[in-house]
Amino acid sequence: MMDQLIFSAEVLLNGLMTGVMYSLVALGFVLIFKASGVFNYAQGVLALFAALTLVGIMEGQVPFRHLINAAFGTHLENFGWTVGPVMAILLTAGVMVILAIAIEKLVLQHLVGQEPIILFMATIGLAYFLEGLGDVMWGADIKTLDVGLPQGISDSIEQTTANWFGYGFFIDRLDIWATIIAALLVAALVAFSQYTKQGRAMRAVADDHQAALSVGISLQFIWIMVWSIAGFVALVAGIMWGTKSGVQFSLSLIALKALPVLMLGGFTSIPGAIVGGLIIGVGEKLFEFWVGPLVGGATENWFAYVLALIFLVFRPQGLFGERIIERV
Amino acid sequence: MFYREAGDFKTSYQDDGQTFPIKLDRFSYYVILGLAAMVVPFVINDYWASAVLLPFLIYAIAAIGLNILTGYAGQVSLGTGGFMAVGAYSVYKLMTSFPDVSILLHILLAGGITALVGIAFGLPSLRIKGFYLAVATLAAQFFLVWLFNKVPWFYNYSASGQITAPERSVLGWAVTGPAASPAAKYLVCLLFVFLAAWVARNLTRGMIGRKWMAIRDMDIAAEIIGVNPLTAKLSAFGVSSFFVGIAGALLFAVYLGAAEVGEAFGINKSFLVLFMVIIGGLGSIFGSFAGAAFMVLMPVVLKNILVGTLGWPTDLAAHIELMIVGALIIFFLIVEPHGLARLWQLVKEKLRLWPFPH
Repeated sequence: MMDQLIFSAEVLLNGLMTGVMYSLVALGFVLIFKASGVFNYAQGVLALFAALTLVGIMEGQVPFRHLINAAFGTHLENFGWTVGPVMAILLTAGVMVILAIAIEKLVLQHLVGQEPIILFMATIGLAYFLEGLGDVMWGADIKTLDVGLPQGISDSIEQTTANWFGYGFFIDRLDIWATIIAALLVAALVAFSQYTKQGRAMRAVADDHQAALSVGISLQFIWIMVWSIAGFVALVAGIMWGTKSGVQFSLSLIALKALPVLMLGGFTSIPGAIVGGLIIGVGEKLFEFWVGPLVGGATENWFAYVLALIFLVFRPQGLFGERIIERV
Repeated sequence: MFYREAGDFKTSYQDDGQTFPIKLDRFSYYVILGLAAMVVPFVINDYWASAVLLPFLIYAIAAIGLNILTGYAGQVSLGTGGFMAVGAYSVYKLMTSFPDVSILLHILLAGGITALVGIAFGLPSLRIKGFYLAVATLAAQFFLVWLFNKVPWFYNYSASGQITAPERSVLGWAVTGPAASPAAKYLVCLLFVFLAAWVARNLTRGMIGRKWMAIRDMDIAAEIIGVNPLTAKLSAFGVSSFFVGIAGALLFAVYLGAAEVGEAFGINKSFLVLFMVIIGGLGSIFGSFAGAAFMVLMPVVLKNILVGTLGWPTDLAAHIELMIVGALIIFFLIVEPHGLARLWQLVKEKLRLWPFPH
């Protein structure tokens, strides 16, 4: 019995850590949704794209080399230099800003005033496009990403818990770092939106587009800014997930994990994204641990969705979401 | 000039309300139907059947199904892949459990079973709307795929976890299994496509279709004027899943012959069918055909150009295809939200007056 409890506690802790990672992706969704009412399905692909770009820059790959090689019969490989992690992260952030500008100019500008569901489908198209672009630019092979974050099982925690409970907990050091970075990121985002002029403008746009326009706030600028921030959050999420499981296509599927997190937490709430992520992370790990063996395992694929679905039937706006008011 | 409707007068309401009120349209429809049923089966070969015609016909049924739900009733669904899997696995269980019953009946029954599952997953649509619902339907997608993967009863405890269609015949012609001829497979699919389009067209222009469209346009207002949202939404889910289930059954039994659920009916299938509906045109039966044709033909054409003619590597061509599909989705949403169906309508308008625009 005691063993079971300790195992469960370990599963719970690991679930919390995974939940933090889900929250990181969900944060990007919330930011864009709050400021522009766009439900950005492409957030996961943004994370993949950011991670691919980061690896590409760090290794000094020639962008589009496969395409150029195929089209002109050349044999380009790498530039022959490597870039340090900090510089590469800065450059990637720059790429994400350019991407945000391009998305605003080419897509969003033309879809102003369309129904939310049309915008949602446009971001699905965007996701496909970016996925193809990332692969054409940097190649589709699985890449390892190492920006110097500590990895592996934490010995000190194992030692301490072994002394306390007689059983060592296995916790990945990367997860601990992810938690710290996520906390810093959220603090920075909250500070930005509360205490800076741009942050206030962002909140004004989120509240009411028309009113914000009429007091002289540039919608375009705010949207570019929001998408850039979302791109940056995607970069952080991409670094975390990329370090953990390699940079590959499946990275973009974490977006699918972030969706139930959002439904649970509410689309408009940053605390909702965090709490929802933790609930889903813990819930799916515990469910897999307790119920999984009875039904054949691999319940992690659907547990989050079914939980969110059942929850939504009782509270359609999510835990922290704004009340949905409809008028004819 | 090319598109003639002058002198085509109607003297009764019945004539005015038919599906193809213009003579030219009606005749070209009969000609196409005649060609499809009488000529194509004799000239069809294996490549054309498996690369173009069978997927086109099968996805057209799925697109009609999703179009009813998304285009007519306004309920976006990302669970199409899961519902197609329900159709495939129910037809498999029926085929192996009742070998003596006609395969055509099995396919219809599989559609019926899928309709029930669809209604069950459509129940939350009464409380949640828009993309909340879209995301909620993903629950159906993932749960159903997991279920068919994990419960051995569904795949008859086969060692590989795959389902393989046994040979079944209609009027002495094998339509499933390895011995089936391309013409027989094609004709079965054509039959179901014809029935699906006919039923869908008549449902959508009758009372039930108007209820769906009222719910789509503004659900609260529809409720006030007396449309029951419960029956309207659930009937949309039911009818839509019925067609999607038939498409899934045909895809597995007639086209693929063997399927593994995660690979054949994954989330990508849901998106593929959704794209067909968007590119073809939301709320249009013709659009479902146009979208299905486009999404089936485009990869074939691209592959022929990029890999066949230019000699580029296959994976590069696949990635470029992703980019093109994504860009096209955005392009259509921006420029022509009503898709290819609307473009076709515009062409007809222009041809009507050609060569004198005004």
